Amino acid sequence: MSHMSRSSIECPAPDWFQAPTGNERTWIGLALCWCLVMSLMMPYWHFKGKQNSTGEAYAVKPADFTRRTEQFIQANTGTATLLEDGIAPEVAAPPGEVYLIAKQYFWFPILKLRAGETYRLHVSSVDFQHGFSLQPMNMNFQVVPGYDHVLTIKPQAPGVYPIVCNEFCGIGHQNMVGKIIVE
Amino acid sequence: MNASQGTRTCPTTGLPVCLDAQRFIKLNAVCAVVFLLIGGIGALLLALTRWQTVHLLPVDWFYRILTLHGLNMLIFWILFFEVAILYFACTSLLKCKLASTKAAWVSFLMMLTGAIMVDVTIMVGQADVMMTSYLPLLAHPAFYLGIILVAVGTLIGVINYFATLYQAKKQKTYTGSVPLVVFGATAAAIIAVVTLLHGAIAIIPTFMHSMGWIAQPDPIWYRMTWWGLGHMSQQVNVCAMVSVWYLLGALTTGAKPLNETVCRGAFVLYILFINLASAHHLLVDPAISAGWKIWNTSYAMYLAVLASMIHGFTVPASIEVAMRLKGYGRGLFGWLTSAPWRNPGFSAFFLSLVIFGFGGGITGVTLGTQQINIIAHNTLRIPGHFHVTVVGGTTLAFMGLAFYVVPLIFQREYIFKPLARLQPYLFGLGITVMAMGMSFAGSMGVARRSWDIEATGSIYGPAAHLFLGLVGIGGVLAFLGLLLFILLTVGTLIFGRSNAGQPMENWGTPKALVVAPEPREVPGTPLPVGGATGLAVAEAHPTQGTMILALVFLLSFAVYYFANWKALADAWPVR
Repeated sequence: MSHMSRSSIECPAPDWFQAPTGNERTWIGLALCWCLVMSLMMPYWHFKGKQNSTGEAYAVKPADFTRRTEQFIQANTGTATLLEDGIAPEVAAPPGEVYLIAKQYFWFPILKLRAGETYRLHVSSVDFQHGFSLQPMNMNFQVVPGYDHVLTIKPQAPGVYPIVCNEFCGIGHQNMVGKIIVE
Repeated sequence: MNASQGTRTCPTTGLPVCLDAQRFIKLNAVCAVVFLLIGGIGALLLALTRWQTVHLLPVDWFYRILTLHGLNMLIFWILFFEVAILYFACTSLLKCKLASTKAAWVSFLMMLTGAIMVDVTIMVGQADVMMTSYLPLLAHPAFYLGIILVAVGTLIGVINYFATLYQAKKQKTYTGSVPLVVFGATAAAIIAVVTLLHGAIAIIPTFMHSMGWIAQPDPIWYRMTWWGLGHMSQQVNVCAMVSVWYLLGALTTGAKPLNETVCRGAFVLYILFINLASAHHLLVDPAISAGWKIWNTSYAMYLAVLASMIHGFTVPASIEVAMRLKGYGRGLFGWLTSAPWRNPGFSAFFLSLVIFGFGGGITGVTLGTQQINIIAHNTLRIPGHFHVTVVGGTTLAFMGLAFYVVPLIFQREYIFKPLARLQPYLFGLGITVMAMGMSFAGSMGVARRSWDIEATGSIYGPAAHLFLGLVGIGGVLAFLGLLLFILLTVGTLIFGRSNAGQPMENWGTPKALVVAPEPREVPGTPLPVGGATGLAVAEAHPTQGTMILALVFLLSFAVYYFANWKALADAWPVR
């Protein structure tokens, strides 16, 4: 700190390169500590916390993902339901791999899961980018065509949970609401 | 000044004004305000649509205006105004002339052409893709070409800025180091170059794809590269805004930086550590690992956060010291209560500082925390955050600067001054109410960028409607504040009294009650260095009031941050 400091629109005094002092120095120390605390919270939560976005994903062609989902539906309901029919059937699946397609402007199918069980939810888009927004927990993940995004989830309580699309995907975006039923 | 031809001396500040630079400052500032008006009308329509009780626009026009609003506000208004700030900083503050008039014309015309192309393409319904234009959504090629023109035009303006810096250095128009405001503007310009290069890498292949020349680029690649533009451009705004804080602090209270090394060091942190913070838009994306997300969020972003926390202290502390030296030293906050609150340059700058710090800063870092992003991504919490950074922060600071630019550069006295004194309060209040409405609605899960939250039945309950009502009411207030700013400014350009050749009328700056005890600089006197001298000076320049405010800030930050971890812990387990 130079007592001959000049205004911020003038060239500084030649001795401007000085270490901070007093409250300014204290504040920089406090702010740095706080930044470190925030930095450490994330690795801590990664290992100890229960909610993480690990980004697990696999390259997949939309047609292949559609076929996998349709096979998954047939295996669990006994009836063939096609994505192109445009109606989402209810599918009760045992714990394990479950599939969900995002498509203008609906979610396919309606998954019926059991509380307390763990599922590997494969979610992908067959057209544009979509947003998987599970309410009312307000859990949000990006859904991108070409990427099979795997969310390992454990539903907590029975109920009907709406899935809202929260990435703009076209003129009917606001109508794109699906659901997950937990029993 | 080597050649006095083509310059005039400002009767208020004594600074030289390069007449070429003055022309381009005027042209860029006027265009900036026109785009601000376009974006502002869009803002009003959007706020009145998301207010579900009013629900003004039809669905197609909602998404169209949303695209228009984003680009005009976040790109055109800001970029045009920033080019004006750069031209001012490199000429008047360095007593130098603008390096190239031709380059300035090319830059300006490219930016203007590009911006008009983008706006027309959107309005005819050929680019309903939002500002982010995430692939595979595709707009008309004119949309991408317009953005490329704006980016390249801005880049030329930035290069003209660097050329002027070089020229000033070579012609020795100043001695020693550049002023702090120029240093901050240079940091903004450096980040702008990196930003615009990211933009080129994302948008040029997308343009080629829209022409049918190449296959569609990968959507995740696009997201990552586009955010190198989208996020970094906001850091250009932060840098420019902080420079404006220092500038307005100096103009309105005579504040001087406490420690140039600290202020400059914080700007360097922005340059070095902001790019990777673009990562916080990809925190819930597929195919990007948790390790990558955590590393890029914390190591880089938190050093940029440190930089903002440093500026957030040094700016008010410099005001406190300046006010105390003038004799306004009563108690902890006497310096603050006697500050020139009726001066719109001061009130806009100080409100911008508070709104940016308490509103934008705390929410931004929290939402950009890797795991917390799960309960925030693409909800209204996100626009709730950035409307208090880029609007309540940057735009309000730029408005404050305009209250000086118009009398000093356009040489016109503001009309209806009492209204001008109210304007920052109206705008600041409106945008804060609106952003709080957005944040609370978003916390309840309400999606951003959605025309109707109940198109398929009730999902969120009545409280969400209350908060969307706040979005509407706050939006209307902010729009009135913006309209007042534009009417006053445009009215002044047309009807304002010319003050050419005279100092501008003072908006109100605190008069010194005592003779400042600051020792004068005497040639030949040895300079005090560090150690005991530095500490003694620190004690002579008390900043306790600022320290208390800073501690209140840190406490608010910690409460909000950990409350969000608690909210996250209540969600379903997910990996």
